[in-house]
Amino acid sequence: MNPEIQGRQYPPTPPYLVGREKVREFARAVQATHPEHLDVDAARAAGHADVVAPPTFPIVIQELTLRQLLEDESAGVDFTRVVHGDQRFTASRPIVAGDELTAQLTVTSVKSLGGNDMVTSASVITDADGEHVVTATSTLVVRAA
Amino acid sequence: MMEGATPMTGTQQLGELEVGQVVAERDLALTRDSLVRYAGASGDFNPIHYRDDVADRVGLPGVLAHGMLTMGVAVQPVVDWAGPSRILDYQVRFTRPVVVDPEAGAALHVVAKVARVDEGSARIDLTVTVGEQTVLGKAQVVVATDR
Repeated sequence: MNPEIQGRQYPPTPPYLVGREKVREFARAVQATHPEHLDVDAARAAGHADVVAPPTFPIVIQELTLRQLLEDESAGVDFTRVVHGDQRFTASRPIVAGDELTAQLTVTSVKSLGGNDMVTSASVITDADGEHVVTATSTLVVRAA
Repeated sequence: MMEGATPMTGTQQLGELEVGQVVAERDLALTRDSLVRYAGASGDFNPIHYRDDVADRVGLPGVLAHGMLTMGVAVQPVVDWAGPSRILDYQVRFTRPVVVDPEAGAALHVVAKVARVDEGSARIDLTVTVGEQTVLGKAQVVVATDR
């Protein structure tokens, strides 16, 4: 892996429109049962515009940015040897259906340890007004060949 | 929603929290169906999560749950307790893969305990186990307590 990618920033991803049925589909897949994830009236009663996405839903938008990193040949991240090391979501507010979200990834750290490379990146996810929604941070471990 | 049901809103109080207090505990089951469903919902179609032959070829002990599926289900007891609007921060380390048997699936147990109480928020630590072994490290959820 190319250690010089530390600090590299990729272009913002095209807007992702969060669909109500996508939120429900994702909620069911992670066995979410809270009514605000599934029921529009329950979400609105709690002050949200529409159904609320589960806390790990931002991975769907972050994934678009990770693809930029993995497809960047000059970064030299071998996708076939990548393991997910850790993951974090730091939210200003929950994502709700109807949000139009854009994400921008910055490589925050590149390390080498025992033959494995570790690349940490932060994808900042903002809404149509440019307001911060959530930052998704991952460390990918690239196992030694 | 059904008439007469009370919506679980962010207006309900979490009450006084004490370090060490268990706020939620749950048994969760993952099956091969769960993996296929998560693949579709998340867009992660890596075949190690549904094909035994591919898992075997790359030297895995079996078909594995997506790390993000384990992370996603493990937080649900806390979401039900606190409400979705109160989840400020959630992090995990993927320390041990979860093998999902084609017939028996995998049984996860989650215990969510108060680790720290701050002004306006609290940190809830998750212990996520399969059998006797923990599968997530540093699994921490920060919840808002001031709303």
